[in-house]
Amino acid sequence: MAFLEKNTPPAFRIDARSPDHQILCLSGDWTVSTLAAAEKLVNTIKLDRKLTSVQVDDIGMLDTSGAWLVHRLRAALEFEGQRVDIVGADAERESLFSQIEQHHPPRWRPETTSFSILGFLELTGRQVVEVGKDSLRMLHILGSLGAVLSTVLLHPKRLRGIAIAVQFDKTCIGAVPIVALMSFLIGAIISQQGGFYLRQFGADIFVVDLAGILVLREIGVILTAIMVAGRSGSAFTAELGAMRMQEEVDALQVIGLNVTEVLVLPRIVALMIALPILTFIANLSALFGAGLTTWAYLDIPPAAYLNQLQAAITLETLLVGIVKAPFMALIIGVIACVEGLKVGGSAESLGHHTTMSVVKAIFLVIVVDGLFAIFFAAIGI
Amino acid sequence: MHAAEITDPPAGPPEEAEPGDIILSARGITVGFGSKIILKDLDLDIRQGEILGFVGGSGTGKSVLMRAILGLVPRRAGRINVFGYDLETATAAQRQSIERRWGVLFQQGALFSSLTVRQNIQLPMREHLKLSQKLMDELASLKLELVGLPQDAGHKYPSELSGGMIKRASLARALALDPDLVFLDEPTSGLDPIGAAAFDMLTESLSRTLGLTVYMVTHDLDSLHSICDRIAVLGQKKVLAIGSIDDMMSNDDPWIKSYFRGERALRRT
Ligand SMILES: Nc1ncnc2c1ncn2[C@@H]1O[C@H](COP(=O)(O)OP(=O)(O)O)[C@@H](O)[C@H]1O
Ligand SMILES: [Mg+2]
Repeated sequence: MAFLEKNTPPAFRIDARSPDHQILCLSGDWTVSTLAAAEKLVNTIKLDRKLTSVQVDDIGMLDTSGAWLVHRLRAALEFEGQRVDIVGADAERESLFSQIEQHHPPRWRPETTSFSILGFLELTGRQVVEVGKDSLRMLHILGSLGAVLSTVLLHPKRLRGIAIAVQFDKTCIGAVPIVALMSFLIGAIISQQGGFYLRQFGADIFVVDLAGILVLREIGVILTAIMVAGRSGSAFTAELGAMRMQEEVDALQVIGLNVTEVLVLPRIVALMIALPILTFIANLSALFGAGLTTWAYLDIPPAAYLNQLQAAITLETLLVGIVKAPFMALIIGVIACVEGLKVGGSAESLGHHTTMSVVKAIFLVIVVDGLFAIFFAAIGI
Repeated sequence: MHAAEITDPPAGPPEEAEPGDIILSARGITVGFGSKIILKDLDLDIRQGEILGFVGGSGTGKSVLMRAILGLVPRRAGRINVFGYDLETATAAQRQSIERRWGVLFQQGALFSSLTVRQNIQLPMREHLKLSQKLMDELASLKLELVGLPQDAGHKYPSELSGGMIKRASLARALALDPDLVFLDEPTSGLDPIGAAAFDMLTESLSRTLGLTVYMVTHDLDSLHSICDRIAVLGQKKVLAIGSIDDMMSNDDPWIKSYFRGERALRRT
């Protein structure tokens, strides 16, 4: 019983009885608190006679860990062909030792991890297979999303309006302040940097064209998508992942509900509505920021700014940006849900998949934006 | 013995406790959430070396009391004295030494999900002691065997275990540092009767051989009859009665009567 704080360090003494017999007297405390010292001590004990008696009645306190060390010493000696007996144990210690004697641990092997080219190849192979499976999973979610959408279109009552509204509130309304602030700053920075550069050529006024087109076509939607991937995508993954860990997803299934319909569809639909709206807000806010900086740094008054902007952009410019938003929302939502449903039993896997969800979503958003740019260039918009 | 006869908590520095000394005493514990009071003015003593069974209806606050003693739920009032230290005034170092000397089995197991069972058992050793990996592995395998888990369970993650195995693994972790006092929250609920009986035997033998003090929330009438030295009943926000199983059998409180002498209780004989 390790009740006292102050431990007496473990010690031993060897008494030789006869040429064949020695007594190993253990003293001090042999508990988990003194175990490190005790282990070192045991390693220094050298016994070479045929019969050893281990005397344990001088031991102050003894618990399972200490008893295990004594037992291990004894087992090692017996393995070498000596005879060992434990003397001086009272009833409690007797039963402790007899309990430990029944334990035959597996041979201890240190865990080794060695780097080998084979292991590297194996890892690469596994990852390739994983990527393949991932695409399959995404297609699966997309397919079941399509199936669910078509049933919902036929039976509009099955559309979960309230769930969509709740998700919309979280993904759109909640994101407005941060998206607006971020775009305001980006718009201001672009026009300030661009303005200083263009001023060298006396072309300050064209900074309005630069900011207008850049923001409406690319920056507004991309930055909003990245923000939403970090904000809502990670939330989706974490929510679905936690539900998987608690077997809630399984419970939905056995109740007879369709996981895609109940969990995935409302989130993705809400996100697909939210992202165009957020993009529009981001555009306005960025143009506002650009207007303020051009006024402050380049002395372009608001009226001139608006005039120049009107000449520079058309409705098409705005639409080119906005039209990308639902696709990006779909990508973010699908990836977030796929990753969320992949979460296993551990907290670590939840963290891993949340990270993966955000990283993959941002990467794919940028790739898809590039594809759109190629596409629009090809059709001449 | 009735809750009202409890003496003052022991004061002063910790001495070597003799069996029967009071190892933990709680006085005037009041715990509530919002406007709802769960425990009010509750007194409790736990003696060195005993197995104290704790019963009470579902939702009466057995888990909350355990968590309040462990300091996981804030108390509105009351003092708790463990191993001779007042939890309120204990220094950080004293608190750490207290925490090293108690082990807890939570109702849901609370194993760390990203560690294997073996790593779960070794975590307290790794944090508090400097031991060689070999010794830690041996001790972990000893604890596994002690709680009746097969050796290969050591390499599994908690999500790959059955409910009963989670309880056992969690007990093994609670026992990792050879504590003086263990709190078990419904350790045998969800186990088959054979497993539950084995768990009871294990608890008893640990208590006898190591002088372990056990605080056990349980609904298992068999455990209450066979291994508990004393039984405390929680009801009406305090300890309704505390005493041996015979005291409980002769108690006239209607809830206690129906618990220990109800149809279900009588059917087991
Ligand atoms: N964190 C919490 N917040 C609010 N109420 C709680 C909380 N934890 C427990 N409770 C309430 O305290 C009461 C006692 O709970 P508990 O101790 O878990 O019951 P049991 O005796 O079955 O273990 C219950 O009514 C429960 O709803
Ligand atoms: Mg409970």
